[in-house]
Amino acid sequence: MIRLERVTKRFPGGGDALREVSLTAAAGELVFLTGHSGAGKSTLLKLIGLLERPTRGQVLVDGRNIGRLPDRQVPGYRRQVGMVFQDHKLLADRTVFDNVSLPLVIAGTSERETGKRVRAALDQVGLLARERALPPTLSAGEQQRVGIARAIVNRPRVLIADEPTGNLDPALSLEIMLLFRRLNEVGVTMLIATHDLQLIGAIGGRQVALAGGRVVADSGAGA
Amino acid sequence: MNPLRWGRRHLQTCIGALGALSRQPLASLLTIAVIGVALALPAALQVLVQNGRAAAGNLDDIRDFSVYLKPGTALGIAQALGRELEAGDGVAAVTLIPADQALEELQQDAGLAGLALALEQNPLPHTLVVRPGDALNEAGIAALAADIGRRPTVDQVKLDGEWLSRLAALIEVMRRAVLLATLLLVGGVVIIIGNTIRLDIQNRQQEIEVMKLLGATDGFVRRPFLYLGFWYGLLGGLVALLLLLASLWSLSGPLNRLAGLYGSDLRLAGLSLRTAGTLLLGGLVAGCGGAFLAVGRHLKAIQPRV
Repeated sequence: MIRLERVTKRFPGGGDALREVSLTAAAGELVFLTGHSGAGKSTLLKLIGLLERPTRGQVLVDGRNIGRLPDRQVPGYRRQVGMVFQDHKLLADRTVFDNVSLPLVIAGTSERETGKRVRAALDQVGLLARERALPPTLSAGEQQRVGIARAIVNRPRVLIADEPTGNLDPALSLEIMLLFRRLNEVGVTMLIATHDLQLIGAIGGRQVALAGGRVVADSGAGA
Repeated sequence: MNPLRWGRRHLQTCIGALGALSRQPLASLLTIAVIGVALALPAALQVLVQNGRAAAGNLDDIRDFSVYLKPGTALGIAQALGRELEAGDGVAAVTLIPADQALEELQQDAGLAGLALALEQNPLPHTLVVRPGDALNEAGIAALAADIGRRPTVDQVKLDGEWLSRLAALIEVMRRAVLLATLLLVGGVVIIIGNTIRLDIQNRQQEIEVMKLLGATDGFVRRPFLYLGFWYGLLGGLVALLLLLASLWSLSGPLNRLAGLYGSDLRLAGLSLRTAGTLLLGGLVAGCGGAFLAVGRHLKAIQPRV
């Protein structure tokens, strides 16, 4: 499903954020990327979300080298990948429903289908009753759940999440991770960057540790 | 996406852009008013030129020149010459004023009843009034007059070349002034709309970033801003139209009274359908053009940051 082959990412004026990273995630797998700040977790996710392109090496998703995808095909690719962010990236002046429906509106889905899918996604994250609320009126955990509903509303096969529990207290963090676990159980391939090892232990899943832009440990290696 | 859904999306975006304007009523009204005034000025100049032309009299009359035939020329010869000239190049029409008719008109116009009785014979010659073709310029008219003047039966050709030159120069100055003012003010409208859209893009930067993150194409992101430009242009054009109509309405009364005092039947010519259509179209082109320039320049610079 996802394969990185000797991927290096160098930012102009900076060092190598990733160095010769090779990694494979099978379809339906749940992979946690761990490591300290600057280890390369976010960069790796950005490469998979095509928010950055590799300097060297290949990023293959379903056998397609996305690093060489023409610019005009990038939006189409991004629509196939669900993304969850630490700061949620919700539009404060739009209702929960409108925020979650954005990927479907962008994809040109019919209004009827949009309404059905948005409510299904909100139901999955337990926020169906808050569809008319504005994000600033929600708690941090609720906002993150809206972000997750938005990421899954387009039924992506791959979901990436960058520190999704970074701003949440332990109870809310566990709640969000359990939500990810449930989504993973229905076949969504997930890559989640986090530094919360305790949480990973509670949820279970493959753990890939990064340090200095390299993979230093992989609990799924040889599996 | 099927065409019906595509059309509905565009309609929604178009109406949504109008809704965005209505959410900031004061700012939107001020921008639309500025656009309206900027568009109304060249249109007002155009109307002024049209009315100036009407006031100066028919331009075709001014281009006409008179050909006086030699005294004693037979009416038949005058008629034949008139037909010959009319059939020739560069002549739109020839009107014959026989000597008797000229004397009769002179008596009526000058109030000289009985003049004919006092004269032993009619001193006036047959006259041909030649109307040059539209394609002839000032030099062409002069050449045509000189050519006619060389004919043996022609005594004199009266062409007011100096007046024609002045008029042509004046019209050219006015035409260029209107063109220049139009270009400058429409350019101003493009800049105003472009700047307004630029500010709107800046205000909605976060929204644009999120949309791009979620896979929105440049076209999708660009669309609402282009419709915003469309509405600014259209509404600005409508404001300009209303301003002009109101100005013409308020001027027509006093001008009619003034013309009446001078015994003239001059009436203020209103806005022609063509000028009104051009005004609205100009507004739309300036609106969409300004928006297109702004989004082309500023949207590309906004890339999703994570």
